[in-house]
Amino acid sequence: MNSFPSSTFFSAPPEWGWYIVLYFFFGGLAGGCYFIAALLDLFGRPEDRGLARLGYYIALPCIIISAILLILDLGRSLRFWHMLLQSNTYRIMFKPWSPMSVGSWSLLIFGIFSLLSFLGALAEDGLLQKPGAKRLRPPGALGSIIALVGALCGFFVAGYTGVLLGVTNRPIWSDTSLLGMLFVVSAASISAAVMILLAHKSDRSAASINSLHRLDMWVVALEFIVLIAVMISLGPVFRAWLSAWGALLLLGVIVMGMLIPWALYLRKEWLGKGNVTTAAALVLVGGFILRLVIVFSAQRV
Amino acid sequence: MPEPMGFYTDTTVCIGCKACEVACKEWNQLPATNGGKNTLSGDSYDNTRRLDGIHWRHVKFIEQFTDDRKDGRWLLMSDVCKHCVQAPCLEVCPTGAIVRTEFDTVVIQSDACNGCRDCIAACPFGVIETNPASGTAQKCTLCYDRLQGGLEPACSKACPTQSIQFGTISQLRERAQKRVEQLHQAGEKRAYLYGADDKFLGGLNSFYLLVDKPEVYGLPPDPKMPTRNLASASWFSMLGAVIVGLMGIINFRNRGARSGEEQRP
Repeated sequence: MNSFPSSTFFSAPPEWGWYIVLYFFFGGLAGGCYFIAALLDLFGRPEDRGLARLGYYIALPCIIISAILLILDLGRSLRFWHMLLQSNTYRIMFKPWSPMSVGSWSLLIFGIFSLLSFLGALAEDGLLQKPGAKRLRPPGALGSIIALVGALCGFFVAGYTGVLLGVTNRPIWSDTSLLGMLFVVSAASISAAVMILLAHKSDRSAASINSLHRLDMWVVALEFIVLIAVMISLGPVFRAWLSAWGALLLLGVIVMGMLIPWALYLRKEWLGKGNVTTAAALVLVGGFILRLVIVFSAQRV
Repeated sequence: MPEPMGFYTDTTVCIGCKACEVACKEWNQLPATNGGKNTLSGDSYDNTRRLDGIHWRHVKFIEQFTDDRKDGRWLLMSDVCKHCVQAPCLEVCPTGAIVRTEFDTVVIQSDACNGCRDCIAACPFGVIETNPASGTAQKCTLCYDRLQGGLEPACSKACPTQSIQFGTISQLRERAQKRVEQLHQAGEKRAYLYGADDKFLGGLNSFYLLVDKPEVYGLPPDPKMPTRNLASASWFSMLGAVIVGLMGIINFRNRGARSGEEQRP
């Protein structure tokens, strides 16, 4: 190796492995499901409320799993709180220019909003007999504010990870500014997919599910455009994806996770009843492979 | 406040003895690789191979030989943390464990680090890695403990050829500049200084005299700060959120009309 396409090729891999891949996946699901649920609450119809509750039921466990994965990934797990408080003075630790610092806070704040909305959903389902808990969800003023702020936090949780990868000196990650955008869009696509899959198991309104499926396909189309833009923005560094990773990206993400779901969407007669769920499952798996390729390929160049 | 301190490494007089590596390991009590069962690289006299959490000095052996091996040269370079004036690792560290000392050097406080490894990805030189003994990110401290006691770092103290020199940055830069001129006069026109000015990262407090391109020594020709991408990446992420949000709103609102049609007999 005598010629390097970028000065990023002299850095060392941080050994972010499966915990981080899974975190990117569950963190994206948490933020995306909350966001879709909030949109349904704020802009949908009354019969969408069941689907929105499902979104909140997914968001909270996913964000808890995310936090656990991140803590396990640390070299010194019991020091996780050093991200939030200075370990010697117990003052607030916050660096607005460090995505990991801001992201740690966003996880905490989003976790609180997820919990509030989760409780609101429980109350509406009659599983939580606390007067006033229903007000934690729209249409009331308090509920609407929670849904709005929580949705913004959710998008932050889903997207900051891509920005974090960009704010390093690793090849691929820091050779494009578009990974945050890609993760935001992908969070929406995998979240819609997971909600479709789980909604099918329960008795949610079919019209709600169909509209979610349509949204998912729009988002997947956008994700395709952003992924192509990522590849173009890499410039000479794109060479790093002319490898098994690139093949996985092409077959696992673009073909399986984007093109085949779109073909199923356009040809509704294929697969009959399983059409929508198959498309959703493929989008979900594609979203996982996308994170896997991005995390690992930049550390194995 | 003391003046900024650092290293000037003249690679042309390094003989590859690795005394610096040994002195560093001894003073900083760094563990052996694989508990002492080290493996040989097999293709070089360099068995350390890279800087990591338990190797804070690494003598690079670069062989430049013709294919018939009739002509060639060795480039030897004792690599170490560059103690950047604008340090990428310090910039991203979310716990505040990485600090700048009164000597203008960059130190990771092992008791504050929680092993998130963001600094490893941020360092453009690949200097930092996890020390398995502590579970934290570690690198050269420029012997902060020795400096506080008025001693010079262990590596430069041990260096038998003065390839590694320790001192104030202004003094070292002056000395290095003279050495470059001397080499130029003697016919070694390729000699130049890497990191001795503020062309990148505000300057390196551990800078080098080299006689070939930086890439040949495994050094980035144009190292940058990680936050160069922060603003653009944030704006693009927000753009993504806005587009997805609009798609969601349009989709869920439109559905009212469409599902109404579907329900008609």
